[in-house]
Amino acid sequence: MKPITVENIVKTYPAKNGVVTALKGISFAVDKGEIFGLIGPDGAGKTSLFRILTTLLLADSGSASIDGFDVISDYKQIRKRVGYMPGKFSLYQDLSVQENLEFFATIFNTTIKENYDLVKEIYQQIEPFKTRKAGQLSGGMKQKLALCCALIHKPSVLFLDEPTTGVDAVSRKEFWEMLYRLKVQGITMLVSTPYMDEASLCDRVALIQKGELLSVNTPKGITGEFKKPLWSVKANDMFRLMNDIKKDASVESCYPFGQVHHVVFKTQENSKEELERIAYTGNYSEVEINLIEPNIEDCFMALMQA
Amino acid sequence: MKQFLIFVKKEWLHIWRDRRTLFILLFMPIIQIILYGFALTNEVKNSKIAIFDQSKDEATVNISDKIAASRYFNLVKNVYSYKDIEATFRKGEIRMAIVFPRGFRYDLLHSNHAQIQLIADASDPNTANTLTNYATSIINDYQQTLNPGEGLPYTIKTQVRMLYNPELKGAYNFVPGVMALVLMLVCAMMTSIAIVKEKEMGTMEVILVSPLKPFRIIIAKTIPYLLVSMLNIASILLLSVYALDVPIAGNLGLLIAESILFTITSLSVGILISNTAKTQQTAMFTSMMSLFLPTLLFSGFMFPIENMPVPLQIISNIVPAKWYFIIVKEVMIKGLGFAAVWKETMILIAMTAALLGVSIYKFKIRLA
Repeated sequence: MKPITVENIVKTYPAKNGVVTALKGISFAVDKGEIFGLIGPDGAGKTSLFRILTTLLLADSGSASIDGFDVISDYKQIRKRVGYMPGKFSLYQDLSVQENLEFFATIFNTTIKENYDLVKEIYQQIEPFKTRKAGQLSGGMKQKLALCCALIHKPSVLFLDEPTTGVDAVSRKEFWEMLYRLKVQGITMLVSTPYMDEASLCDRVALIQKGELLSVNTPKGITGEFKKPLWSVKANDMFRLMNDIKKDASVESCYPFGQVHHVVFKTQENSKEELERIAYTGNYSEVEINLIEPNIEDCFMALMQA
Repeated sequence: MKQFLIFVKKEWLHIWRDRRTLFILLFMPIIQIILYGFALTNEVKNSKIAIFDQSKDEATVNISDKIAASRYFNLVKNVYSYKDIEATFRKGEIRMAIVFPRGFRYDLLHSNHAQIQLIADASDPNTANTLTNYATSIINDYQQTLNPGEGLPYTIKTQVRMLYNPELKGAYNFVPGVMALVLMLVCAMMTSIAIVKEKEMGTMEVILVSPLKPFRIIIAKTIPYLLVSMLNIASILLLSVYALDVPIAGNLGLLIAESILFTITSLSVGILISNTAKTQQTAMFTSMMSLFLPTLLFSGFMFPIENMPVPLQIISNIVPAKWYFIIVKEVMIKGLGFAAVWKETMILIAMTAALLGVSIYKFKIRLA
């Protein structure tokens, strides 16, 4: 019995002109103790999926189960055993750090003392501010407190909807370290994030786009699916360079990636020569052309165009 | 049970830490009572009048003194011509003028017939009517003293007795009204806002994904407001007894029990509103439109229901405040027992049961 199974879930919302389909028949399963990442841009349907799995929304069709319990008929069982951290900060802003934690411990019929081990490492970081109101915490501290509150009843499955959005780089790194420690405890986690770089930190990822799963695999497996050579190009006038490369008929795609452009060709022969020719005819200076390893984002871009 | 208690505690902390709202909740009834009691009253007191006395004899001076001494009138001016009267009215200095013709006492004693003219500002017809009535009764009083014992043959005298409120104080009417208004507002509006706030802040999302039973959440949220309402009832009753001299004629226990019943009715209305409202603003607005105005208009506290057109009279029956208003008047003012209000109590209980039933049935265990 897998902790999370999702089968053919469809979800639509009524809109001004007809309906908006948020999820178009999604299926996947998560293994016990796995960190499963749901990677996709804003509006891809991540939050809808989270709400369906946490029994907060009803899907139009399809089925899903958590720890073997159906999300519709056994919703009471599920609500007892999962931890849920919504994308938006959802604790009581006018209660202190300690009061929030105590409240969530008590409504799950437990005490802070009982499961202190589980949250100890995270809670110790915010403990100096335990009398401070939750609304006055910094973004990173809020997320740590929210994680503590979602964990205090020792859930078997943890749902984290964009836990690192709006959090600084250092806190993000710390946050992921915490998730690894929870994984050791055997807690299954479904994490969503719009940050592609976080995908490589998951055991497996699902790329989601416009309500459809593009691929479900390990991060290595996903980058392994990327068969064509990937070129990184850099020159003095990046904007003009982009247009020049896109004009070339043999180029499949070209998109900016940080300081460089990533280029994929339709055929594999003479790619470097072709790029050099473009750079030469365009009179570019400081040209750098390198063959690079694709990362998750490159795969995502390729899958989106497919 | 522990879950339930921590929820009540949490809810209490929300209220306690929002001092401004708490202050408004506790002082609103006090301010309303004081406003209605001393400022917004339709009792006629100390109305300014002028006297145009053309005879200045024993009789006219006597009558003038009697009128000026009454608590209804305040003699501000003696005028000496009709033109003056007109001018004084125009300036808005007076609401009534009394004119004694020349040779008043002579006429009275010799032809047994004298006239006094009362000129009232009828731009406010009710007040004008009341003022002339008061003045007439004072003058009649004087007439009685002129011929004691004799009396005219064949006279019919009306004897008026104002039951339950011999002094015709407005407070007897508005204290029950304010109680209905305050309880409705505090309970229904504040609970609906408190529940919708959880939805708006996103905290509803987290507490729904917990073993807490959704309806327990709602009940726990209403308890602190029940407490605040009890404090309000206490402050209203204390103020009306000690500041406005409105005694509690009936059984205090019964009055409080009925108030708790009405509080629960209001809480159910609030829960019902929170089921449909998505934002705190909508909740507030819905409460205002569906509670404040109907309570004000249809409870019978501002406008007598008997005077309304039949369709409005029928509508007034679905306003819970109307029934509570009747109960409070019967118990607090008239001093009647449960036997007199059992019908109204039953109606309130039925309303509460229906409202709670619909609220439970419609309560969303999910987000949408």
